[in-house]
Amino acid sequence: MTTATATLTRIEARLFLRERAGLIWGLAFPAILLIILGALGGKKHDKDLDGLTLAATYVPIVIAFSIAMLALNAMPPVLGSYRERGVLRRMSTTPVPPSRLLAAQVMINVVVAATATVLVLIIGRVAFDVGLPGQAGGFLLALVLTAAGLFGIGLTIAALAPSGKVANAAGAITFFPMMFFAGLWVPRAVMPDVLRHVSDYTPLGAAVQALQDSARGQFPHALHLAVLAGYAVVFGVAATRLFRWE
Amino acid sequence: MPVIEVTNLRKSYGGNDAVRDVSFSVERGEIFGILGPNGAGKTTTVECLAGLRHADGGQIRVLGLDPQREHDHEQLRQLVGIQLQESQLPDNIQVDEALELYASFYRDPADWRALRDGLGLSSKRTARFGKLSGGQKQRLSIALALVGNPKVAILDELTTGLDPAARRETWDLIEGVRERGVTIVLVTHFMQEAEHLCERVAVIDTGRVVAVDSPAGLVNRVNAEQRLRFYPSADLDDRLLTDLPQVTAVSRHGQQVLVTGTGDVLGAVTSVLARAGIVAEQLRLEQTSLDDAFIALTGQEIS
Repeated sequence: MTTATATLTRIEARLFLRERAGLIWGLAFPAILLIILGALGGKKHDKDLDGLTLAATYVPIVIAFSIAMLALNAMPPVLGSYRERGVLRRMSTTPVPPSRLLAAQVMINVVVAATATVLVLIIGRVAFDVGLPGQAGGFLLALVLTAAGLFGIGLTIAALAPSGKVANAAGAITFFPMMFFAGLWVPRAVMPDVLRHVSDYTPLGAAVQALQDSARGQFPHALHLAVLAGYAVVFGVAATRLFRWE
Repeated sequence: MPVIEVTNLRKSYGGNDAVRDVSFSVERGEIFGILGPNGAGKTTTVECLAGLRHADGGQIRVLGLDPQREHDHEQLRQLVGIQLQESQLPDNIQVDEALELYASFYRDPADWRALRDGLGLSSKRTARFGKLSGGQKQRLSIALALVGNPKVAILDELTTGLDPAARRETWDLIEGVRERGVTIVLVTHFMQEAEHLCERVAVIDTGRVVAVDSPAGLVNRVNAEQRLRFYPSADLDDRLLTDLPQVTAVSRHGQQVLVTGTGDVLGAVTSVLARAGIVAEQLRLEQTSLDDAFIALTGQEIS
């Protein structure tokens, strides 16, 4: 059965690469975004950004962007169309359950997100002098919880969407408000207090703050970790309960 | 022991009975047809057989196992290959990738390259599923149903949507599969297909089995009339024919004589003509077809 899982993951990975969108939006775009913003901000430490450079401010934001792109925009339409077109149903007549296909999809997207994270950290360090995360353990924990929460939400969208097209739309509708609260347009440091409080309770708001805190050497706030864990549990359970194979 | 045994199968969706009472058995190595009009319950029946649907009543045994029980179903997934209606692959997957993938699912898979070549897909190895023609998709689907080396193959509406040439090719393939010793359950609503391929056929109508027989047996069952047409070489007195017990009617269309009758009407007419020294030129026999039998059994046209 291990050969089945390996073959399944390898072939799904090829399909992912053939699709290109996941690679462009999940890997290339976040890296390019950081390069552009880093170049715009230069070496200047901004008082308004808690004394950070623009590049340092945006490192956690583009990491969140990559994870959200993959979990919400790349994965759900694929799974939605697999169900719509009977791919999952066809597989359920074989000895390998279609849940393995889901697992392979999540794994591929997580690997790309991890690659994007490493790439963004390297670009930040090499090109813009952004220090590597001072609290590596906290940073990793925040990353894992963020990925768990976001992929839980993505799987729930895939579970509820009747088709690939609906999954696509639902993913985009969730993506933009989340990225707003992550600070893509207005970083959290310059958000009005009310907005920042709301942001604390959104998956990507909590994620960006937890990543930023651990990048600066502090362990993430319990609140942000709890929010992330909460989303992971709620949507993990929802996806498992709601997922239909046909 | 039969390979498949279905007894009093029942399945309803939200109060509507899709399958009311279906029983039949399939012997090792035969091509067994399930024939019926659209909505008769054919697909539901095979989906229960395949363990994809939970039956509401009755008993199913496939290779001695019960597909409705999860433990047995797990074993059956290794032993039964299924080609489902409206089941597809991702558009971007290549023919070879699909075959390699499905082969990896089974403990003892067939050589998928040989299967691919045998099904005439060797020139399409790197073609993507979305770019294949209907016939090529169907062949790949058959290959995937067989790649696990199954003992039983269930094929649902195999040739629907294929052009006549591709349909004939598919029939040849199915006969080739049977020669490997695979027992085949074929769901179809094409009479010609059932007549061509199946040893035996179960006719299902509104959720019930109305007959299980060979295609020829079904035709005999309705015992309908046969028609003879010929041009007599000399003047012929109609009474010569109407006196025969097998003949029910004689009529003329210009020079042509049309005789309707039952039983061995052909033998009776030709021998009486021979005695009278008349040759029946351009003699044609029109027999009841499976279509006629089907209409007689179910009271409706097939599609």
